[in-house]
Amino acid sequence: MTTVVDLEHVSPVAERRHVGPPPPPDVLLDVRGLKTYFHVMDGTVPAVDGVDFQLKRGETLGLVGESGCGKSVTSLTIMRLVDIPPGEIVSGEIWFDGREILSLPMSEMRQIRGSDMSMIFQEPMTSLNPVFTVGNQIAEAVKAHRQVSARGAWDRAVEMLEAVGIPSPERRANQYPHELSGGMRQRVMIAMALSCDPKLIIADEPTTALDVTIQAQILELIKAMQERTGAALLLITHDLAVVAETVQRMAVMYAGKIVETGTAEEVLINPKHPYTQGLITSIPSNVPRGQRLNVIKGTVPNPFRMPKGCRFEPRCPLAFDTCREFDPPLRITDPDREAACWLHYPISERPVSRNGDGSGPVAKVRVDKR
Amino acid sequence: MTSRTEVTPGPAVELPAAVVDIDTTPDVEVALVSLNQWQLALKRFLRHRMALVGLAVFSAIILIAIIGPIVAPYNPIDIPGAKEQGGDPPTLQHLFGTDDAGRDVFTNVVNGAHVSLAVGLFATLIAGFIGVIVGAVSGAAGGAVDNLLMRIVDVSFAVPLLFLILVAAVFFGQGSMLALILVFGLLQWGLIARLVRAQFLSLRETDFVEAARAVGVSNLRITFRHILPNALGPVIVVMTLLMASNIVLEAFVSYLNFGIAATEATWGNALSNSQGAMGDGNWWWAFFPGLCIALTVISINFIGDGLHDALDPRSRI
Repeated sequence: MTTVVDLEHVSPVAERRHVGPPPPPDVLLDVRGLKTYFHVMDGTVPAVDGVDFQLKRGETLGLVGESGCGKSVTSLTIMRLVDIPPGEIVSGEIWFDGREILSLPMSEMRQIRGSDMSMIFQEPMTSLNPVFTVGNQIAEAVKAHRQVSARGAWDRAVEMLEAVGIPSPERRANQYPHELSGGMRQRVMIAMALSCDPKLIIADEPTTALDVTIQAQILELIKAMQERTGAALLLITHDLAVVAETVQRMAVMYAGKIVETGTAEEVLINPKHPYTQGLITSIPSNVPRGQRLNVIKGTVPNPFRMPKGCRFEPRCPLAFDTCREFDPPLRITDPDREAACWLHYPISERPVSRNGDGSGPVAKVRVDKR
Repeated sequence: MTSRTEVTPGPAVELPAAVVDIDTTPDVEVALVSLNQWQLALKRFLRHRMALVGLAVFSAIILIAIIGPIVAPYNPIDIPGAKEQGGDPPTLQHLFGTDDAGRDVFTNVVNGAHVSLAVGLFATLIAGFIGVIVGAVSGAAGGAVDNLLMRIVDVSFAVPLLFLILVAAVFFGQGSMLALILVFGLLQWGLIARLVRAQFLSLRETDFVEAARAVGVSNLRITFRHILPNALGPVIVVMTLLMASNIVLEAFVSYLNFGIAATEATWGNALSNSQGAMGDGNWWWAFFPGLCIALTVISINFIGDGLHDALDPRSRI
């Protein structure tokens, strides 16, 4: 057959890109102003709407947020695994290891995937192909990037299975995914992701589908492997406890934007953004027994009708007029701390509402034109 | 019923110390022998009783089709003449009776078997071969290629069968088996293509395909190594069912005298020839060929049913 079967699509932005200067060499991943939108039947969903963050070599960063806030889409965009269409990378730059990867042709991107950056997925039960042995699947990843014989790739697969703590790896390599438990399969996924010594590991909710006892083991394993290989880790999760245990720095996302960054310890102990504060107070263990649990009132904004100002404003207990009309950019509040909240801007730096004194009625939501 | 469940105050259950210490070996050593998907499917198939019965009957029919003509008691083209008009009823000499020309119905049935089976099998294989390729390309490529191929499928469904058979007769001669096989195959591949395409569309969204993309596996490899093997299960099932329907279709077309030359012994021709005799109560002439068609189709359907269960990777033994 002569048809070139193309599951992916050519780079949407490669032709018209003007990128800025590269980041300093100690920065492995630099995401700048990234916007990934999805054009669906009902309109456009700004899943990732202006995300900036940096990840230094060997560093661990937790990307935290509730379902639908865009954290997974951020990671898929970094891997260039977003389906285009319906997705579109509207703007932004992603610098990885000294190269701007949104400009790379797919063939080069495929070389990076799985070798320099790799991903651990959320669902170990469905992320392995049921018709091949796990050894085969790891060997396939090795063969995709290394000039090795079939034998060499297989040996590497067995070696990786051993490295991720699977007993009798030679035998396990010959087994099919359905013969392994969820925890084992996630170990296999980790072995696969690490088989080519990546510089960046993206772990997208790696423990969400596992039961609690296994969760701890898998997190320990990811941490240990990260330390052993010196790779940087981008951990995506909605679980604050996981973040506290696993990463050095964290970024909190809300409705497609990063609202707060800092070291994990600092952010968890002294949250600056009202959303982060709400998240932390809604952890059930913070509430005495018998009392009502704390919740963040309201719901995530409708993606088709994002609030005009700060996206958290409709749910924010501390919101004021400026919040309703202007979206706060991230601002350095302390050394190595950023928050996107007008509260952290001096009053003189807050933009003034159109209505002068700010007391008049302002449009609460903006309706997107279709 | 007055007594409730008795509670025996037995000795306090002591938890073994190992429970507290969550060991790092995350799994019990379960399977000693590793079965691959096909071995598992075979195991599941062997548990499907009706499928086994179907397989036994179908195997017997195939056996008869192969060795039957050799051991058949009479020459199929001898016309000894019947004692009664419209054929003789079943006797010890003629187990299935005879037709109006005195030909042994059993011999005819045995000799007709290979025609029915060959038409069913080869037409289905042609449909399957073209259908899998077109469907795979369509589902994997998407876009304009997909659109074009699917419109061709639509057109292929719009061609009237009998008309095409008449046209084919011009090229292959009246009553050619090859013509029937080609026409059936060329009209039915669209069915398989649509199925394979649908499989591809859903499989390409699966996590394992995403995971394969994430480790940098090429598109060609993903298509043929990751998606295609997973798509074949339902295709095999539909092909068995298609084969059964092709056997019926051959009989139907032959019955209408569009099919295999009326002088050939086939099940459809036997039905066709016997219709004049049905009014006289000569049931055997039509009954036995009809029974063979029914048995073949039912047994193939059972096999298909068994395969359906066996090839579904989600079904557990």
